[in-house]
Amino acid sequence: MNRALRLLRRRLVGSVFVLLIVVVGTFFLLEAAPGDAVDAYIGSIGGDAGLAELLRQRWGLDQSTGTRLAAYLWALLHLDLGHSVAFSRPIRDILLERLPNTLLLMGSATALSFFLGSALGIVAGARPGSFRDRFLSIGSLALYAVPGFWLALVLVIVFAVDLRWFPIAGIETIASGKTGLARAADIIHHLVLPVTALGFIYLALYLRMMRAGMAEVWRQDFVLALRARGIPRRRIVLAHVARNALLPLVTMLGLQSAQMLGGSVVIESVFSVPGLGRLAQEAVTARDTPLLLGIILISAVLVVVINLLVDLAYAFLDPRVGASEAGA
Amino acid sequence: MSLRRFTRTPEAVAGVVVLALLAIMALAAPFLFPGDPQSIAGPALVRPFQDWAFPLGTDRLGRDVLAELFHGARTSLAVGLAAAAASLAIGTIVGTLAGFAGGIVDEILMRITDAFQTVPGFLLALAFVSVVGPSLGVVVIAIALSAWTGPARVARAEVLSIRERDYVASARVAGMHPLAIAFREVMPNALPPVLALSSVMVAGAILTEAALSFLGLGDPNRVTWGGMIAEGRAVLRTAPFLSIAPGVMLVFTVLGVYLAGEGIVENSAVKRGLA
Repeated sequence: MNRALRLLRRRLVGSVFVLLIVVVGTFFLLEAAPGDAVDAYIGSIGGDAGLAELLRQRWGLDQSTGTRLAAYLWALLHLDLGHSVAFSRPIRDILLERLPNTLLLMGSATALSFFLGSALGIVAGARPGSFRDRFLSIGSLALYAVPGFWLALVLVIVFAVDLRWFPIAGIETIASGKTGLARAADIIHHLVLPVTALGFIYLALYLRMMRAGMAEVWRQDFVLALRARGIPRRRIVLAHVARNALLPLVTMLGLQSAQMLGGSVVIESVFSVPGLGRLAQEAVTARDTPLLLGIILISAVLVVVINLLVDLAYAFLDPRVGASEAGA
Repeated sequence: MSLRRFTRTPEAVAGVVVLALLAIMALAAPFLFPGDPQSIAGPALVRPFQDWAFPLGTDRLGRDVLAELFHGARTSLAVGLAAAAASLAIGTIVGTLAGFAGGIVDEILMRITDAFQTVPGFLLALAFVSVVGPSLGVVVIAIALSAWTGPARVARAEVLSIRERDYVASARVAGMHPLAIAFREVMPNALPPVLALSSVMVAGAILTEAALSFLGLGDPNRVTWGGMIAEGRAVLRTAPFLSIAPGVMLVFTVLGVYLAGEGIVENSAVKRGLA
């Protein structure tokens, strides 16, 4: 446990620096955007130059860049992300409302791509060079080449428009009055297509990594020793080769989380899932830059947290990690 | 010799053939389909393979789908190549500086790299285009901003091993300026593993450009496959072909880039292994 705590402390310090850079970066991107919050406000409710002047003074927008950066950081410390003009609500409230849907979509898609990808990777890596291996390699390559939003649209055409198996959009039936298990089933029914689209895009990565990892392990001496001892091939594949190749995939889970958040923008847009990704598209359409940057910030925090969790899981799975301060 | 080895891998040959066809499409577009592909050419929603004036039919506004596909190839390939080149250039420069300078410079540059990797690349590109305004150049920069970190890490790792070599030490003794050593002696030798990323970078850039255009953030004055797919969405029930055709082009392009790139990398790896 001590080991895990040490690792956590070191990672936390690094993460704070990284997040600080992200915050300063988003601040300057906000600065670069044409128009400020007052322009957006007056653009939506109207007002004259006098009012603009007054608002700029009151909101501190007439201060120097340094002062405003300090004020921005101070507000963020109090978890104040500002006000969304497009939604006329605090940005924090909108983000917290959308976050669970994105987490549900991402979590399910990650599980799908990880488990199905590594399982298929084991099938391919069990006999490198076999027909099954070549077939799966080419299939995963094709999946890799498919744009996520296009796969989503094809799924809609086939399974929602033609076959009518699944709903076209949304996360649950609007005003259905369902509660408890019925509501959960309704949400699952709505999420099947988006999760499939998002999960399949990233499945190829896990498949290829698993296969490559297994090919590496096959060459090691201990596998030869196991075979010499007459251990059944199936047991070697599952208990030894696959098991040793699985560990790097866990690290990939953390690295992929940022990619998947980005990918969920188009998937949520296609299926109208009210999550952070769809919100990003809405913010772009409404030209609501502060909201867009709020989404970037919360995504960065999410990625940092996920990576911390993955690191801890890794330390738990592999006793060598963080065993000595110098080693890591 | 190497060409014969190359032609022995059918995947690589397929990739090169696909890419060559696409390049021909892109180059021939202004001659085969002169004029603005975004202008109305005929009646709306002509089905494919019905009217030989429009072999692949027309879209919701009566634009020639085949002409749009040809012109879309130009945008996709141009953005893909330019954005990948920009990402590789930024990544190589940052990675070389970080690896060669070491110490505090390395620390700062790598923390910035971490920060860029923490922000979902696609969201960053989205925000950048949305703030600066959509045009071809801005889209290229946005994609490069979201993709330079991979090459930077590879370049840094390579530079770290190269900077300990004897010829670097002798350049130092000869009194060469450290920046000159970094960029004239070390960087060229660190390039091969970075360039091996090219195909993945081009493929990724093409997919990112398509997704940006799909969300309406492509250059509005150019035909993009992503934009065509978004256009087709409005008539998804009645004319799914309009969304499917540009997507098939995208899949073939990305596959072609990837297969050809893998073939070249493998080929040169074998060559270096033999030498």
